[in-house]
Amino acid sequence: MNWLTDNKIPLGAWMENFVDWLVTAASGFFDLVSITLETMIVTMVDAIDSIHPFAVIAIILVGVWFLHRSIGLLIFITLSLLLIINMGYWVETIQTLVLVVSATAISVLIGVPIGIAAAHRPWLYTMLRPILDLMQTIPTFVYLIPTLILFGLGYVPGLISTIIFAIAAPIRLTYLGVSKVPNELIEAGLAFGCTKSKLLYKVELPAAMPNIMAGVTQCIMLSLSMVVVAALVGADGLGKPVIRALNTVNISQGFEAGVAIVLVAIMLDRICKSPSSKNAG
Amino acid sequence: MSVVTIENVDIVFGDNKAKTLPLMDKGHTRDQILGMTGDVVGVQNANIEVNEGEICVLMGLSGSGKSTLLRAVNGLNKIARGRCLVRDGDKMVDMAKCDDATLRHMRTRRVSMVFQSFALMPWLTVLENVAFGLEMQGMPKAERLKKAREQLKMVSLDKWANKKPDELSGGMRQRVGLARAFAMDTDVLLMDEPFSALDPLIRSQLQDELIELQRRLNKTIIFVSHDLDEALKIGTKIAIMESARIIQEDAPEQIVLNPATEYVEKFVAHTNPLNVLRGSSLMTPLNELAVKDDHIVINDDIRMKLENGKLISVQGPRGDIPTARWTPETIFANVPDNTVFIVPANIAMRDAVELRYHSNHFMVLEEAGKSVGILNDHNFYHALLGKHFGREEAAA
Repeated sequence: MNWLTDNKIPLGAWMENFVDWLVTAASGFFDLVSITLETMIVTMVDAIDSIHPFAVIAIILVGVWFLHRSIGLLIFITLSLLLIINMGYWVETIQTLVLVVSATAISVLIGVPIGIAAAHRPWLYTMLRPILDLMQTIPTFVYLIPTLILFGLGYVPGLISTIIFAIAAPIRLTYLGVSKVPNELIEAGLAFGCTKSKLLYKVELPAAMPNIMAGVTQCIMLSLSMVVVAALVGADGLGKPVIRALNTVNISQGFEAGVAIVLVAIMLDRICKSPSSKNAG
Repeated sequence: MSVVTIENVDIVFGDNKAKTLPLMDKGHTRDQILGMTGDVVGVQNANIEVNEGEICVLMGLSGSGKSTLLRAVNGLNKIARGRCLVRDGDKMVDMAKCDDATLRHMRTRRVSMVFQSFALMPWLTVLENVAFGLEMQGMPKAERLKKAREQLKMVSLDKWANKKPDELSGGMRQRVGLARAFAMDTDVLLMDEPFSALDPLIRSQLQDELIELQRRLNKTIIFVSHDLDEALKIGTKIAIMESARIIQEDAPEQIVLNPATEYVEKFVAHTNPLNVLRGSSLMTPLNELAVKDDHIVINDDIRMKLENGKLISVQGPRGDIPTARWTPETIFANVPDNTVFIVPANIAMRDAVELRYHSNHFMVLEEAGKSVGILNDHNFYHALLGKHFGREEAAA
């Protein structure tokens, strides 16, 4: 036993060396990514914040009406947002929404093509699967440290950590959707003269759309579950008051911030889910 | 003029074709080859020629390779050996060897397909589904929707244009499938058990519709079926397949009259001869009938007299029985009873039985202006009981 503990394999040291090497070798690249993303998010938050909250609510309501045409949902969203304003978390809510939407957008932009590629190449999915498992199971705090070193404090390490955690959902569900397209539809597509790209855009993607949409919805929910963690590395939003409440053992602040997060979660869920289930039906 | 020619085609599923093909040549069976190389022989040495306007039915049980062979004609299945030629204008294109662009050209312009499970895109409306292939042809949107609408009218589904496929019944969905294939204006139509998933009434109705459409459009159709009655009803030529081989290829009536093997005979035993057989194969030829006093004896009471091969008179127990001519245009309701009819030798058995029911007498078959035989009750019973075929008889 002694022999085993005495000859410690320096796994941690290797990782640290690797991160150090990354920082020296590619700091320019990481700074560029960091500044670009930070600017993008801050600009979006400022832009929305400069509009009167009621105008923002009105825009959201119009959008939701076109998607769902449900009066009940409109009433729920209006009341939720008014309650959030009343609790004084309007700006934080916008920051959180921008973070969640950005993380989801980037995850989907990267994840869907990877999912499609994996569905067409079984070997690629065999390789991807352990990586995806790892990304979803490794405790978030573990990769929060290197992302913090690489990208500095602020929105970006939170965003990157969120993407690492959430991107598995769109990859997996796109893979599932595309590989489950009924063979007869593929055959029909080919028999009527589809090229490879026509087959993808006219048959495979539309057939996989319910699954891909489910992946997007899941991705949004996973991103939202990362708000508090993102706040730890300096991302503004609804996570911040939760952490502050935790540090000062402030029950009322913690509860109110928690309610705001739950309301945002329910709103996003209701807005995303319904269209995909309609497609599936 | 041949539109589709299948020459010595072998289709093998698996990765050991180099080993499998010589084993096939040595005459190993499908099961032996599966055990030796792990490859599945889909089709072995198939040869068929389908001419313009023909409906060729590939017929066999599931797993016999009929769908596999059908899918070789539009290149969905790769051919291991042999040629599958499809007419493209003045030349024949080998679907096994052509490049991707040619293959796509053939699929959009020359060969279209109807699927057993309909294979409609559930996210498109009925109209958009019919227009799907036209989009692949590169037709502009307004034009293709207009054409799709015309095709829907042809299968009387124009009122359903904006519904989704899952709002339609099975029969309607397959009509959409037919419209989608016909919209392509291709010479060749491949139909993979298109009516098998439908209930019997709808199936028979769609078979009639297909026959009617074919009469107007004169396509070249290759049709896969596991139902011999269906094959006999719509086919102008039937190829029967058993474990990857074509074991008999013939006209429908010949399949029923002269089954090549026991396997075919089993199929034939369960068919309804009414739709297939014709008078000439049922009749008792004149030279087998007794002659007495210059009259041909039909039975104890009835005799008939011929002159130069033409029927002159029929004598019954109470004097002459009137005679008349039957043509396929004759309306059965107007047929007088107690009359002996002169009918064309190729009269369908169904018509002959119906005529017998109305006229109450035997009929005389005529070919090229001469009487060749008679059809009497005995001939009908013989066929209905399935005694008209049997390889022993044919071999004898």
